[in-house]
Amino acid sequence: MSTELLLGFAVAGTFVLYALFGGADFGGGVWDLLASGPRKQEQRALIAHALGPVWEVNHIWLIVGVVLLFAGFPRAFAVLSVALHVPLTLLLLGIVFRGAAFTFRTYDTRGDTAQRQWGLVFSIASVIAPLLLGMCVAAVVGGDIRVEGRAVVSGFFGPWLTPFAWVVGALALCLFAFLAAVYLTHEAPTSELREDFRRRALGAGVAVFLAALAVLVFAREGAPRVWQGLLHAPYALALHAGTALSAVTAFALLWTRRFKWARVAAATQAGLIVLGWAASQHPYLVVPDVTLSGAASGPTAQRMLLVALGVGALTVLPSLAILFRVFRPGPVGK
Amino acid sequence: MTDLLYARAQMGLSLAFHIVFAAAGVALPVLMVLSDLKARRTGDGDYRLLSQKLAKGTAILFAVGAVSGTVLSFELGLLWPEFMGQYGEVIGLPFSLEGVAFFTEAIFLGIYLYGRERVSPGLHLFSGVMVAVSGAASAFFVTLVNTFMNNPSGFTPGPGGPTDVQPLVAMFSPGWQYQTAHVLLSCYQASAFAMAGIHAFVLLRHPGADFHRKALSVALPLACLTALLQPVVGDFSAKHVAKAQPVKLAAMEGHFETERGAPLLVGGLPDVETGTVPYGLEIPKGLSILAFADPDAEVKGLNDFPRDEWPPVAKVHLSFQVMVGTGSLMALLALVTLAHRWRKKAWPDGRRMTWAWLLAGPLGVVALEAGWLVTEWGRQPWIVRGIMRTGTAVTPVPHLAAPFWTFTAVYLFLGVTVVFLMVRQVAGTLPGRPGLASGGGAHVH
Repeated sequence: MSTELLLGFAVAGTFVLYALFGGADFGGGVWDLLASGPRKQEQRALIAHALGPVWEVNHIWLIVGVVLLFAGFPRAFAVLSVALHVPLTLLLLGIVFRGAAFTFRTYDTRGDTAQRQWGLVFSIASVIAPLLLGMCVAAVVGGDIRVEGRAVVSGFFGPWLTPFAWVVGALALCLFAFLAAVYLTHEAPTSELREDFRRRALGAGVAVFLAALAVLVFAREGAPRVWQGLLHAPYALALHAGTALSAVTAFALLWTRRFKWARVAAATQAGLIVLGWAASQHPYLVVPDVTLSGAASGPTAQRMLLVALGVGALTVLPSLAILFRVFRPGPVGK
Repeated sequence: MTDLLYARAQMGLSLAFHIVFAAAGVALPVLMVLSDLKARRTGDGDYRLLSQKLAKGTAILFAVGAVSGTVLSFELGLLWPEFMGQYGEVIGLPFSLEGVAFFTEAIFLGIYLYGRERVSPGLHLFSGVMVAVSGAASAFFVTLVNTFMNNPSGFTPGPGGPTDVQPLVAMFSPGWQYQTAHVLLSCYQASAFAMAGIHAFVLLRHPGADFHRKALSVALPLACLTALLQPVVGDFSAKHVAKAQPVKLAAMEGHFETERGAPLLVGGLPDVETGTVPYGLEIPKGLSILAFADPDAEVKGLNDFPRDEWPPVAKVHLSFQVMVGTGSLMALLALVTLAHRWRKKAWPDGRRMTWAWLLAGPLGVVALEAGWLVTEWGRQPWIVRGIMRTGTAVTPVPHLAAPFWTFTAVYLFLGVTVVFLMVRQVAGTLPGRPGLASGGGAHVH
């Protein structure tokens, strides 16, 4: 396998992990905003409790993805930074306010009003960021970002403000909210709280299904390349079949209250959706003018990057194992 | 203002903001582990509380550092796409290793902060040590990128970008050892002085606050040590700049005419039109001695270089004066403090010395920012020195005033909020508040 394909997999892999962990944290913010009913406070406390030790770590997958992109595919990074300057800047604002507000809420203990205000900033930023993330993804696959020589010639707004982009943004938001709700059913300390999030997970699951359907409908016009990839590439079809299967499984497991396994199925579903996106646009990094091999850095740089990736995996993965073991959901009441 | 200036201003502002939090993220974990160790050795609840307070401080500052660092990783492309498009592969290695270090720091910080009650004391301490080590590593790697921009190596420049790229050579571009040592020391120094200043402030109002006296005793050794080491490392660094980046040195010193036995200028306001530095104090042969360890060495002046390759001379000179001035004051204070410690076998606790430490509190951060301005302004007009101009690298996106003002407002807001939260953290330890072992409080939590 060529180094650029390996690195391409690595980039896709970090985006999968970012969706599964960072995405779920955004989803937590969505449920913080939508907290309701008699256990409103408990819901918010559970979300804060689940996010506290891990959100910074989860968020770093995005930085890893960005670094891999500019080190492995510098040309693509340059093109995307110009074409998506506006939504990426807005996304950054969302990321800054999400993280800062969450931390300030934890440590600014002046009382309810201050905490509520920080909570509101945190949750609104958590809704906006996934929307923008989805819109950027849509712009990348949509085929509207055009490059001539080294210059982006397609403008700074058009490609990410299409109907297709809005739909993909909605899908990202629903998917993250779904993931968060499913994870939270497993983390909830009481059965009432678990039921709260089970209902939310089921609702969000339906929303994911509808949004995915809308993406398919709009893809025909908005992203002909993806539409083609969906129909023609055999591995893409297999991926989408796997997605559908895991989605149904997640739903069934939620329905029958097998939360531990529902978590696995939901994560598989989300991971396959991200991989499906990556597969359907292969061999393009930015459809239709930037390819994986066209944007790749030199062979020495790519090999060194793979070495760094190995060093990183050897350092980070055991550390992550400790982290998640220490903070695995405790027994009820703890 | 042109879009290029807005882009530079936004990058500069983001870095100036981030650098303070990054420095704290490197140094506070060390102080936190030191007080943790002291608490274990002495069984003194105050040190335990101090370590917890420092951990909370680290959590707040690290979170802001993490989000502002994320902004920076995107801004590299958002503002300088041509630079990243061409040199992303050359500097990708230190950036990815920095990512690894940052990842490790975040993981173990999570365990340290939230795991106090959940993990064994051994693993808890180990996590603290890992936070400190990986924090230092991430500062080390990211400084290597800056060294590359100052002294690019490890590739052959071509019309379409670099060819024959050797990432390992580029990662250790000439002068890396001085610049990384200088930066790491400045992180510890700035944080230790700031911490000493805060506790000196409380001690002046509440001289009996034992907690703060102990906190001061944790900060002072690190502050004194770094303040004395920094001038030595700085000297090495300046000698390397003299050889490798003569224009930068000339701008730092406000040195216009090439001459042997060049004098050292203290203060003064360089005037590029007349090529003079009014209001400066000259020390004969000082510059030749400092830059080349030879009183008759020739030091190149600005006039030997094309005018369009001059950095902004007055800004660079002024920042350099501020850095050296504050650095000297801190070294002096460290000497006096250590002399006192040596004679009296105790850290100074008189009013005068406490005042001195209060006033010196901000100097570390001032020196850190000034030093960073020296290296960045001093490299202009290049983004990759001698290879790519900053103006070539800037994004074609128009209306850069909008993101500049937006991020300015955001950083102001975040800065004010963080200061407010830190003040509250310190206020919680004033005498008479619950939670103090020595202040008559009921319990330590």
